Amino acid sequence: MEESIESGDADRRSDRLGRRLLVERLSSYWLRGAGYFAIGLFCLIVLTLVHRSLPLLAEYSLVQMLTSANWDPSQNQFGFLPAIVGTIYVAALSMLMGTPIAILVAIYIAEYAEGRLKVIVSSFIDVLAAIPSVIFGLVALLVVVPFVGNYLAPAVGASATGLGIFTVSLVMAIVVTPFMISLSVESLEALPDELRESSLGVGATKLETIRSVLLRAAGPGIFSAVLLGFGRVFGATIVPAMLIGGQTQMPDSLFATGQTLPTLIVSDFGELMSIPITQSALIFVGLMLVVVVWFFNFGAMLVQRRLRRRWQY
Amino acid sequence: MDRYVKQRLFGVLVRAATALVVGVMLLVVGVTIVRGGAALLGDPSIVFTPPGSRYMLEGDGGFLHAVLGSIFIVGPATVVSMVLAISTAIYLQSDYSSERFSDTVNMFLNVLWATPPIVYGVFVLTVIIAVGARTSLFFGIVAIAIFQYPIMTRYTDEALRSAPETVTESAYGLGATRFETARMTVRAALPGVIAGIIMGFARGIGDAATVLFTAGRSTQMPAGLFEPATTLPILIFDQSTSFNAEVRSHAYAASFVLIVAVLALIFLSKLLAGRFARYAPGGRHS
Repeated sequence: MEESIESGDADRRSDRLGRRLLVERLSSYWLRGAGYFAIGLFCLIVLTLVHRSLPLLAEYSLVQMLTSANWDPSQNQFGFLPAIVGTIYVAALSMLMGTPIAILVAIYIAEYAEGRLKVIVSSFIDVLAAIPSVIFGLVALLVVVPFVGNYLAPAVGASATGLGIFTVSLVMAIVVTPFMISLSVESLEALPDELRESSLGVGATKLETIRSVLLRAAGPGIFSAVLLGFGRVFGATIVPAMLIGGQTQMPDSLFATGQTLPTLIVSDFGELMSIPITQSALIFVGLMLVVVVWFFNFGAMLVQRRLRRRWQY
Repeated sequence: MDRYVKQRLFGVLVRAATALVVGVMLLVVGVTIVRGGAALLGDPSIVFTPPGSRYMLEGDGGFLHAVLGSIFIVGPATVVSMVLAISTAIYLQSDYSSERFSDTVNMFLNVLWATPPIVYGVFVLTVIIAVGARTSLFFGIVAIAIFQYPIMTRYTDEALRSAPETVTESAYGLGATRFETARMTVRAALPGVIAGIIMGFARGIGDAATVLFTAGRSTQMPAGLFEPATTLPILIFDQSTSFNAEVRSHAYAASFVLIVAVLALIFLSKLLAGRFARYAPGGRHS
């Protein structure tokens, strides 16, 4: 009698163990699948884009398309140069405006602000980073466009409606600054306090400590924050599409209307569905975006590794 | 110049830069709330009214279709990518994969995280063309889920990494399997995980570029899973440049709804993170 109870118990126990092991095995398959999903998704996206760009690449020479200024899909003219130049203008200008401010604010949050003020300022930055870009576009239409069109452009002697490369750059600088701030704050705050203490201890002022010790030690992180910000401006779609004016021409001044690579896709979307060769051209634009962003990410990683060795403390 | 004067000047400079950024943020939120609030106060019913037949031209009716579209697209997408993101993040922990493999996956996740949303839109659109379907609610869900996946995975991974190691060790010490241990770790890291999912939801609800080509940009009520739909950001994008002041004011009202939703989500995520912290060892109320 006693024996049978015991064996029943053992049965149940080994039953339960079996079930646990089964769950363990099944879940490990599922989780492994999820791990490979990230790689698979990326490869699928790139392969699809490459496959769909092939018809265009088979028909036109790559060098010619990248250097031709003539974009007219209805005439089968695919010159990407105006959009490429527009993208580079926008990216360079917004980084020029955004980077110094982002670094200054990051220094303020990491080194100057204390207690409650620090919490408030950094949650403001979080909120700014989370505002949808379409809202930035809308507010810019209400505020920045009239300002640039009525005051700024006439002041420097250009005639403009307010829509154009400069407006886009200004707004994109605002969009990307909080993103760079939070990455830079992270790398400044990761520095050990001994660095600050020993620099101040040998008689350096706070500014000297920040400039020649902290910015150097956090340099790799800040540099990769800037590169990632650059990549983000590069692929921004909604704000440029709302504010750039959408004319595919070579920009002749900073206030001229133009086109960036992502807005090319948006403005020719109607043709994307119908004509196969235009479809291929616009998918090729998507491929260029992926490649450039991938390049910047990879570059950020390499630079970070190299600078870390050079500026180690 | 005296080095102490320089130091003081620099202090003023960083404060000025911070004031500028905070000022810009207040301006953006303020303009949205004032203009949107004015448009909403004029006719609050537009949020609950379906669009009329000539909505894009004359602005008759309201934008209930976009509100519902946003919820029907981003809600399911968040659930799908939440499951995937948590699974991937668990797999990236050392118990399941080698360090080398998880480094590789992390690299791909970083690239996905930085990929412009428009590329996801184009990708899903090529899939739609390839299978011969048309743009619909379903493909909007797919596009947003792909967009949210790397964001949520990154937050979840960070949260799991910061979970105390003692939890994992004690679970193994009691004879738990890897899966049971992973469940304990997720529970210990719950505040971070939940905050990450809500942030992913907020990013998804605000993104227009992924759904612009995939959800269908319709101006009617969403009729089914494979029927065209639209979301609030698309509505704002399309109507903010309209020539009709009435239609434009709907865009302002929609942006009010959107920014309130996003701010509420961020607030909720911080609140929940604090609340759930008591389940975490070493948490605020433990």
